[in-house]
Amino acid sequence: MARGGAPVIEVRGVTKAFGEREVLHGVDFDVAEHEAVALIGASGSGKSTLLRCIDLLEEIDDGDIFLDGEVITDPSVAAVAVRRRLGVVFQAYNLFPHMNVLQNVVLGQMRAQKVGRHEAEEEGRALLARFGLEGREGDRPDELSGGQQQRVAIARAFAGKPRALLLDEVTSALDPELVGEVLEAVRDLKAEGMTMVIATHEMSFAREVADEVAFLHEGRIVESGPPAQVLEEPRAEETRRFLARLLRAGRA
Amino acid sequence: MTETATTAPGERRLERAAAKRRRTRRNAAIAALSSVVVIGGLAALVLTSPGWPTVRETFFSWAEFKNAFPEVLSGFWLDIKVFMVVEVAVLVIALAIALIRNNRSPGLFPVRLLATVWVDVFRGVPTVLLVYLVGFGIPALELEGLPTDPVVLGGIALTLSYSGYVSEVYRAGINSVHKGQTDAALSVGLTKAQAMRHVILPQGIRRVGPPLLNDFVALQKDVALISIIGPQEAFRVAQIYQGENFNYTPIIAAALLYLLITVPLARLVDRMGGAEGVR
Repeated sequence: MARGGAPVIEVRGVTKAFGEREVLHGVDFDVAEHEAVALIGASGSGKSTLLRCIDLLEEIDDGDIFLDGEVITDPSVAAVAVRRRLGVVFQAYNLFPHMNVLQNVVLGQMRAQKVGRHEAEEEGRALLARFGLEGREGDRPDELSGGQQQRVAIARAFAGKPRALLLDEVTSALDPELVGEVLEAVRDLKAEGMTMVIATHEMSFAREVADEVAFLHEGRIVESGPPAQVLEEPRAEETRRFLARLLRAGRA
Repeated sequence: MTETATTAPGERRLERAAAKRRRTRRNAAIAALSSVVVIGGLAALVLTSPGWPTVRETFFSWAEFKNAFPEVLSGFWLDIKVFMVVEVAVLVIALAIALIRNNRSPGLFPVRLLATVWVDVFRGVPTVLLVYLVGFGIPALELEGLPTDPVVLGGIALTLSYSGYVSEVYRAGINSVHKGQTDAALSVGLTKAQAMRHVILPQGIRRVGPPLLNDFVALQKDVALISIIGPQEAFRVAQIYQGENFNYTPIIAAALLYLLITVPLARLVDRMGGAEGVR
């Protein structure tokens, strides 16, 4: 684990159960500054749950999560303040359908970060232009393609200048021809040095963008390391089986 | 062969258009004919009934209508005023109840309990009983400062009853908004209250527009119930007139005034429902 930069996110022994069903069984996991970690694993392996736990959208049962060295999973920590330091992009975009594109992007800025309307909108427009959405500011989300909606969601998550972005299967709901434009936006954030956790099924993308790949299997990180190592010469039997299945399905 | 190949599509198109026109004409003819048969039959049944001449005189007398109408109309004005005030009160109180019942914070437990009891009791009791109980019960307490005007008391009873119904409509709307919307709102740093105010409520209330309006059509009619504790609203005025003149025409006049308000409201509900479907 000799990687550059202080850890932005540290996950230590995190356990999470929904009723009787334990989804995470003691997950350990680090994300260093400016680093992108790809979280891979089968559906139901706990990738989404782990991201939701980091953003405090789910309460963990055991273990701790640290953001910039401070524990954020202590009951005394205000969840709202933590969430303002993180950005999340959801698989189903979760844009606000009653607001236009620009309002989606500036809502958090204006209401949570208390940025003035003028400044927030100026930043929002610049951000939308950066993700190729110039001229769509006044449109409703349902007037956009899936790829465009997901780029709005990325702009919305990025607008709060987060310390880290959590991307939850951001291309899984997209038609294949729209995947590229969303990955391009993520690549763009990576080039800027954004710290990211990317739960993904796109192995080629993980290989290209991630500094580290972590394989989550039945609620545990079974293996992690540089993409070339984890994806080309996996050490753990579970990783090999998972990758072989993907290969057969033509997804690797 | 080549000739038919080039002309055929045009011919088929004309054939289909002609068939479509024939079908439209036939449907219109069937609709017109069946309307004449059904409506004409009903009208004939009523007009040829043995009591019709008497009914026409006691229910549909033009002279009595003209005579009673101004008074019934001024009574109806009271209905409208009560309706408007009660509607605003219901919208506000019901929203408060819905928000309280959806809030899970432990400090609000007693208030939540009260809100639940409020909805169960006031929605569970027939509105007419509530009007009676509030109308005669509150003045009987003889407490200083409590209203004694039957119009106000009737309005309070209607507010209690309808806020129970409407809060459940609000709640249905709030709960119909996908959980992902709350997640997204929280993830951009909003507090739970801000997420409710800016993300959940605007979507939830929009969805329940038609059922809300539906409840207000019902409320508009139920204002007549306050007549049982005395206020001279349209129905009461018509009833008094009927008692004095042995003629029911004023009641028909009152019914027409109600329809004047409720039918356009109903069309508005339809249009809102339609617009929702298109979206």
